[in-house]
Amino acid sequence: MARPPANHPLLEVRDLRVEFPTRRGTLVAVDGVSFHIDPGEVLGVVGESGAGKSLTGAAIIGLLEPPGRIAGGEIRFDGRRIDNLPYEQMRRLRGKEIGAVFQDPLTSLNPLYTIGRQLTETILTHLDVTPAEARERAIRLLQDVGIPGAERRIDHYPHQFSGGMRQRVVIALALCANPRLVIADEPTTALDVSIQAQIITLLKRLCREHGTAVMLVTHDMGVIAETADRVAVMYAGRIAEIGPVRDVIKTPKHPYTIGLMGSIPKIDRREARLAQIDGAMPRLNAIPPGCAFHPRCPKAFDRCRVERPDPIHVDRSHVACWLYDRDDVRVGAVVDE
Amino acid sequence: MIAFVIRRLIQSVLVMIVVAFVAFSLFTYVGDPISIMLGQDYTEADRARIAAELGLDRPFFVQFARFVANAVQGEFGLSYRLARPVDELIAERLPATLELSLVAAIFALVVGVPMGVYTGLNRDSWLSRVFMTVSLIGVSLPTFLIGILLIFVFAVHLGWLPSFGRGEVVHIGWWSTGLLTVSGLKALILPAITLGLFQMTLIMRLVRSEMLEVLRTDYIKFARARGLTNRAIHFGHALKNTLVPVITITGLQLGSIIAFSIITETVFQWPGMGLLFIQSVNFADIPVMAAYLCLIAFFFVVINLIVDLLYYVVDPRLRADRGVAGGHTG
Ligand SMILES: Nc1ncnc2c1ncn2[C@@H]1O[C@H](COP(=O)(O)OP(=O)(O)OP(=O)(O)O)[C@@H](O)[C@H]1O
Ligand code: SF4
Ligand SMILES: [Mg+2]
Repeated sequence: MARPPANHPLLEVRDLRVEFPTRRGTLVAVDGVSFHIDPGEVLGVVGESGAGKSLTGAAIIGLLEPPGRIAGGEIRFDGRRIDNLPYEQMRRLRGKEIGAVFQDPLTSLNPLYTIGRQLTETILTHLDVTPAEARERAIRLLQDVGIPGAERRIDHYPHQFSGGMRQRVVIALALCANPRLVIADEPTTALDVSIQAQIITLLKRLCREHGTAVMLVTHDMGVIAETADRVAVMYAGRIAEIGPVRDVIKTPKHPYTIGLMGSIPKIDRREARLAQIDGAMPRLNAIPPGCAFHPRCPKAFDRCRVERPDPIHVDRSHVACWLYDRDDVRVGAVVDE
Repeated sequence: MIAFVIRRLIQSVLVMIVVAFVAFSLFTYVGDPISIMLGQDYTEADRARIAAELGLDRPFFVQFARFVANAVQGEFGLSYRLARPVDELIAERLPATLELSLVAAIFALVVGVPMGVYTGLNRDSWLSRVFMTVSLIGVSLPTFLIGILLIFVFAVHLGWLPSFGRGEVVHIGWWSTGLLTVSGLKALILPAITLGLFQMTLIMRLVRSEMLEVLRTDYIKFARARGLTNRAIHFGHALKNTLVPVITITGLQLGSIIAFSIITETVFQWPGMGLLFIQSVNFADIPVMAAYLCLIAFFFVVINLIVDLLYYVVDPRLRADRGVAGGHTG
């Protein structure tokens, strides 16, 4: 896929707002989120449960479940606006240009069809090939994702595969039409710890080979450190900090990120995930005014309780925190900690 | 798979034996065939002679074994009321009931499944609401009332369709069919709708709720993320996953349709087994009742067996699990 170098990113999300209208008012689950992903780039997305990571991904592929809806902002793919596309046009994009891998491989595959049938139907939907060619392509894909005996296994049903193998099949499905972006929403969370690394390595290798960009949602900072080019840290529906992976991990700037990094778990201990920060993320109907993090923030000051910070350019990152709004002594204090 | 079939067959036979026992008990404890045959005046000697002739002096289990042996061959003796062999009577009435039940079941499926799919996919459309409301009526009104209403509107008021009987029938061997004549078909419409309406609404609601359930699953979400067309998702992936429960319920309902045709047959004076049964009850015609009981149970058992086998066709997980289990043990 040789395209002329574009002067725009592959994916550009600007000011995205996702709402759920409910009887007792509107819940804003994603609020003013902006980021971009360049071709071939891996953007890690981290944050506590409920931060809005999955919803952001769902909004990008146009699969927000009603009543959830995009209430503001825009999403551009390859320069073209896709957040307001008619269903049928968006459908053609899904699977072909933007693939998706979800959390649970055990339930992502239709139990009543062979994996071969699910692969070929996807290939035939998006590519102009004959059924025989589609099947050949499916077998190659299965070999690519490391399924032994692919020629035989293609006619097996999902329940005949282990969890890890199924997730490989899911990855093959997401990549079968050679998309330019894959949204991987916690692709290994449901898997055995021993298999998680293999799957991530596989995803990383395949995407590098095909030049596929990835939005990788995960709770695992170890995976982020190894895989991502840049990281976005989300908190209560907003991006707290986004920047190159080394910077965010080595020199986190947002107090929330600092808290996260201070609590990085041993990678092999599964239950010790992110967010060992005191307190809990606010519920959507009780997001505090000003900086949503201020009730938990050790550095909070008056302004934080009133005004909401927008991301500010700090070094090579963007940080939504008032500490960085001016040349303040506090900055040094925070970073030194 | 084969082990499974054999297991199910054994179960079926057991069920049939229990039913046969109940039917047999009817003879032994409810009716007194000797006094029925001899009338009011008889001596103890007459009684003993007849009892010996009929084998009624033998031990209980010998009698039961003989009953079962006869029943397997379709022999249930003479009807007390009509003094004709029961198997003949049943054979005369069976086609009417089976045709009515089958048409009712097809009506229930052909109308119920699409309505269920439609209401599942278009949950909030006004047409779905109409369907749901109508189905509520279908579920809650008793069968005989629906039959009488239909007769009132289409037979009495509009005069389009007959209100009773089977119309003209054509005989093909011992089978009589109303499906080949216009009057036979016309006569089928009202009773079939009456009989199938409840099942139709049941199937519609079942398909609807199953569709709603399946549409929420991860694999449907993932199918959307793969960019499959709505048609492929709804009919290829979603509908197929609703089939197992639909097959179960439809199968079981087919049994109930046959059994519950008693009411419809009474309302429409449909000359089927149900009507025969009702008449037999009035006369305490035990042989006919026993035969009817066994036959209905037989239908239930056969249908259940077919339903179980259909699971295997639809759901590969069962095939494999059983296959593996069977492979290791046997
Ligand atoms: N249908 C819905 N109605 C109301 N609120 C919803 C709905 N779906 C999601 N939310 C809310 O939106 C917020 C963001 O959800 P999201 O699934 O994006 O979180 P997440 O960051 O992916 O969390 P996790 O790590 O647990 O996957 C959550 O607070 C959730 O409660
Ligand atoms: S804005 Fe204030 S409350 Fe929010 S993270 Fe920065 S210092 Fe803490
Ligand atoms: Mg999530």
